[in-house]
Amino acid sequence: MTRFDPFPLIRSVGLDGMLVTFADTMTEQSNRAALAFRGALHEAGWEGVVESSTSLASAYLRFDPLRLSHAEVQARLAALLAERDWYAAPLPSGRKLWRVPTVYGTDLAPQLEDAAMAAGLDVGEAIRRLGKSRVRVLTIGFAPGQPYLGPLAPEFDIPRLQQLTPMVPEGALVCAIRQLIVFAGPTPTGWRHIGQTAFRCFRPGMEPTFALNPGDEMMFEPIERAELDHIRAHNEDGTGGATVEEIAA
Amino acid sequence: MSLIVRRIGPACTIQDQGREGYLDQGLSRSGAADLRALYEGAALLRRKPDLAALEMAGMGGEFEALSPVRIALTGAPMQASIDGSPVAWNASHALAKGQRLSIGAVLRGGYGYLHLGGGIATEPFLGSRSAHLAARVGRAVAAGDTLVPGPDKGEAGMKIAAEDRFGGGTLRVVASFQTALFDAETLARFEATEFRRGPRANRMGMQLDSDGPGFSAKGQLNILSEVISPGDIQMTGTGNPFILLPECQTTGGYPRIATVLPCDLPRAAQTPPGGAVRFQFVSLDEAVSLHAAWLKDLARLSSRVEPLVRDPHDIPDLLSYQLISGVVSATD
Repeated sequence: MTRFDPFPLIRSVGLDGMLVTFADTMTEQSNRAALAFRGALHEAGWEGVVESSTSLASAYLRFDPLRLSHAEVQARLAALLAERDWYAAPLPSGRKLWRVPTVYGTDLAPQLEDAAMAAGLDVGEAIRRLGKSRVRVLTIGFAPGQPYLGPLAPEFDIPRLQQLTPMVPEGALVCAIRQLIVFAGPTPTGWRHIGQTAFRCFRPGMEPTFALNPGDEMMFEPIERAELDHIRAHNEDGTGGATVEEIAA
Repeated sequence: MSLIVRRIGPACTIQDQGREGYLDQGLSRSGAADLRALYEGAALLRRKPDLAALEMAGMGGEFEALSPVRIALTGAPMQASIDGSPVAWNASHALAKGQRLSIGAVLRGGYGYLHLGGGIATEPFLGSRSAHLAARVGRAVAAGDTLVPGPDKGEAGMKIAAEDRFGGGTLRVVASFQTALFDAETLARFEATEFRRGPRANRMGMQLDSDGPGFSAKGQLNILSEVISPGDIQMTGTGNPFILLPECQTTGGYPRIATVLPCDLPRAAQTPPGGAVRFQFVSLDEAVSLHAAWLKDLARLSSRVEPLVRDPHDIPDLLSYQLISGVVSATD
């Protein structure tokens, strides 16, 4: 017996939005589809559209309902969906790869050992695997510019902590459920604090204000503590020593 | 031309209509909690509604004019006086150099607004002057700050017939993409329930309480984080609704039962603690018509502005006015 698969699913959001959802779980494919479809929406440049965004497995469109009716938007979205297999679509062009120097563990990131144990790895192996993982900005949210990154390999499908850590600093690298976050500001969290960077995601007063875009990719390359101290002393631009390159389309 | 802040309540920020287009960067719009009040202030001062004003949550402050300036007072009524003489709310006034404007606690509602003739001309950030404290954009206005208006000239001493939206009431909502996660019985009960504004309220959201059981969705805990619109009514784990306001997060994992229409968001945001609120579902078509009517009404607010005629009985200190010359100078 086959289960009815409602996806992709078009639904209205409040008075002035439409949501195209590609799955009810975050997978590499559903996130890829959301990013690719949002890229296509952006390129379509329909009159009356105010903005678009992605969440983990959906693309969202906000429009002026007095200029563009819900029925019209629905029809256009359905037509665009039918154009191709979005789950297999290439990711939008113009994406970047960031390599961010990261101190794993030490007193700067005291929950690495705990995370390694939860992943069934020794600390050295956890650092080796995390340090060569290339993860994608799945979505940005919770705080301005703050990326949700993934997916990591299955061994990093570790649960969130029951007890919140009262505060981790800006630039903290945290891990749970096969995802990483670089925190945009000091915050309490239930994710394990495994690394520390000097990377600022949100840079008010600088150009660009937001470092990352959904679909960008990141690697967190291990460095020694002394190196991070040096980076922090010369971090006027907020990049935290990160290098960036264009990802070939 | 400016106003120096001598004393101020703890939750006063500069707000305009907010910044659009940064949802994909996790930055919600912010902007005035009561958008209508911004339009009313603009109508009183005969300015465009995109100017920034001081939003005062619960408590105002004391301001001294360093030079002549036009002001307008809108939104939740607050006790206001100029050099000790009470002045009308929902009205514009001229402040002469050295005059002190005192704005006290809110009388009804939640958010009062102080507008300056040329708008408050702070440096815009990403196209807006709105503070967004939850996102660490801008800060609360503090004693010692100076509010500098943009260029301005024009009349003062006008009043506007403001819509009373400061005591709660019925909020019209539309179904949204997660409404179907709630069963028919829960939705019917939601619409039939009278809620009271709870103690937890700020520019991010407003908690509502009710008697009886909460309002839970099916599979409440296993929902993927999804986009949030201001006005969304979010059900927390305990089944208590929160109306999400201009500084809400951009995505969230709690299900949303419905979305308050923009035309009723001022009434929602202005509901005072303990104030009663009900929800009424309207169809999407009806919601679009209501939205169009609201925008039309906002565009016509200037037709509700008329001179503030003073009854001599309302002027407590007649002798302080220069009745002989018939002129109260706004420049000396």
